[in-house]
Amino acid sequence: MNAWLIRGARVLGADPTDITIEDGLITELAPAGRATKVAGQVIDADGLIALPGLVDLHTHLREPGREDAETVASGTAAAALGGYTVVHAMANTDPVADTAGVVEQVWRLGREAGYADVQPVGAVTAGLKGTQLAELGAMAESAAQVRMFSDDGQCVSDATLMRRALEYVKAFDGVIAQHAQEPRLTQGAQLNEGEMSARLGLTGWPAVAEEAIVARDCLLADHVGAALHICHVSTAGSVEIIRWAKSKGWRVTAEVTPHHLLLTDQLAAGYDPVYKVNPPLRTAADVAALREGLADGTIDCVATDHAPHPAESKETEWSIAAFGMTGLETALRAVHEAMVTTGLIDWAELADRMSRRPAAIGRLARTHGRPLAAGEPASLVLYDQAPVTAVDPAAHASRSRNTPFAGIKLPGQVIATFLRGTPTVLQGRLCR
Amino acid sequence: MNRHLISAADLSLADAISILDTAEELARLAERPIPKLPTLRGRTVVNLFYEDSTRTRISFEAAAKRLSADVINFSAKGSSVAKGESLKDTALTLQAMGADAVVIRHNASGAPHRLAEWVRGSVVNAGDGTHEHPTQALLDAFTMRRRLGRLSGLRVTIVGDILHSRVARSNVWLLHTLGAQVTLVAPPTLLPVAIGTWPCAVSYDFSSVLPASDVVMMLRVQHERMAQAYFPSVREYSRRYGLDGDRMALLPPHAIVMHPGPMNRGVEITADVADSARSTIVEQVANGVAVRMAVLYLLLGGGPGGPGMAGGPAGQAAMPEPAGVAL
Repeated sequence: MNAWLIRGARVLGADPTDITIEDGLITELAPAGRATKVAGQVIDADGLIALPGLVDLHTHLREPGREDAETVASGTAAAALGGYTVVHAMANTDPVADTAGVVEQVWRLGREAGYADVQPVGAVTAGLKGTQLAELGAMAESAAQVRMFSDDGQCVSDATLMRRALEYVKAFDGVIAQHAQEPRLTQGAQLNEGEMSARLGLTGWPAVAEEAIVARDCLLADHVGAALHICHVSTAGSVEIIRWAKSKGWRVTAEVTPHHLLLTDQLAAGYDPVYKVNPPLRTAADVAALREGLADGTIDCVATDHAPHPAESKETEWSIAAFGMTGLETALRAVHEAMVTTGLIDWAELADRMSRRPAAIGRLARTHGRPLAAGEPASLVLYDQAPVTAVDPAAHASRSRNTPFAGIKLPGQVIATFLRGTPTVLQGRLCR
Repeated sequence: MNRHLISAADLSLADAISILDTAEELARLAERPIPKLPTLRGRTVVNLFYEDSTRTRISFEAAAKRLSADVINFSAKGSSVAKGESLKDTALTLQAMGADAVVIRHNASGAPHRLAEWVRGSVVNAGDGTHEHPTQALLDAFTMRRRLGRLSGLRVTIVGDILHSRVARSNVWLLHTLGAQVTLVAPPTLLPVAIGTWPCAVSYDFSSVLPASDVVMMLRVQHERMAQAYFPSVREYSRRYGLDGDRMALLPPHAIVMHPGPMNRGVEITADVADSARSTIVEQVANGVAVRMAVLYLLLGGGPGGPGMAGGPAGQAAMPEPAGVAL
């Protein structure tokens, strides 16, 4: 029998509790020292926080096609080390995940890797070209059971196509996750349009390029009564529009990345492309609005937009460097710093924003993002909130090193991750 | 002074004055029978040019050679760059060859910042994308000071495609440091949206600012901007923002007209203005060599002791008196 007793963990930051795990399920929660079933291996979790396994709605695993940057195996290893038990794999692979065959391939690779579940996201349009719908129904009916569709990396900018996609996936409770970037307003864009872009002579990326699409798509979602999810919200204006759409009762959800909760465009001053990301880092006022939006629930969840790139894609001039940052292994620590240390949310709310709500948006609520309670799947994280250490990219399991937090001190450490009762991480290290 | 010259914003007032004063001394050198100093003998200066710019490259080459440096010209065209070698690998190659200074011209903003991380020698920015062109601003300031005798309080109007101009950026920072009052004139489409954060005034009405301008600097405007809807037509641009004889007549009698070149005659400036007595366009080119000599001298040769100290042609005075120029 596969059994564990976790002693004295503070579930969602509350009082110390003994957690018993048997055959993949949590079978008992008891006040510390009062566990009735003492069987299996014991973990001393005194002082550690227990959270439900984290759920990432936005991961680039790069396989198939760019195995030099990441593979399903390395990406899910990074996920486990970050406390994640499931990741949604974005569709912009090569070939694009726009057919049942490709999404099933990714799904199968995830099952073999075993560090975290992999839920493929399907492309909205064939080849991410934005001209013709991909076979959304075939992907939904495949073994991968795709429910979330996104052209992430590209915006579905054609309003009619977006409308049809939103409508079409209603037939199988799907959701369209929009990468909100008006393409004509962002031609050649490099950095948030403002004081920094003006000074640095980098082509500006205006906030309105995101907000115009967010507003349009909220209106479209209402018009056809469909579910819309906004990827990586980055501006104060987007938060306001989403707050308004939600106040109308429209089916709109949104995510924010850890880096947009902590970093600003001031970091571009030295032209180091490790800070080049899509959407771009914005201003301190945007960061404040994003934090407030996540705290009050306007923004439903945190998603990493983990975007690994090989060194040569970043050791270049800014304008030719690739967009993106890794995030799986630093997300929990970054959100701890941005939201918990600042007193904006507590651990229970963090679990809501990083596990329960993203699982619901990804249509995985039956298996992931479950409460920590007897009878529930034993997918959980033990987190030590005490240490403060500098992020060391060389220690990451990701194949890529493009973290913006290299050398930056962040609080916390993931001690253990369990996926359905099996540890993927113990003592801060990957199992197997 | 810093080890590199990448942004005019990095120059303190003392640095800037030191460069201008040193350039003044070096300009006198050009009047000697043999206009050459041994100061940088045995030092290697690489001109790393990723963009065609014959005038800037030749200016830097002349400056380095007059200081007796060895000069290597590395043009992106016909080099391994065309085969896709990265800037980093090129930098490591130049480092291995022992470059003491790398003068870089690049179409990407920030390329000199990146280069400075990969080479040990000094990096001199000879124009990077739409970011900066600090030696152009220095030679412009040098020219203004020579013509008008001062920089502090000088009213400088810069006209044209500010959004995409590295010359404008460097001039705004440097002239602000030097105490001049800068006014930018452009159609609103060709100004950064955050222009309010820059230390300068802004006007959309060219004619109205001319009577209160000591200097008018015209910037080149590229035809391709029209296709991107920055302005409706070249003719309309010329009418609203070009400098012709009628507009020039609105200037005070002492005012000068500058242009960093290359000019679009008939677009931002008419031929009669470009060739008038107010025009400093040819002087700017000549002054460019002296200013670039000063920059290389101060970055590579040592402190502001004065190039005369370094063993100029026999019989030359050592350190001259500090230039008595009010700033």
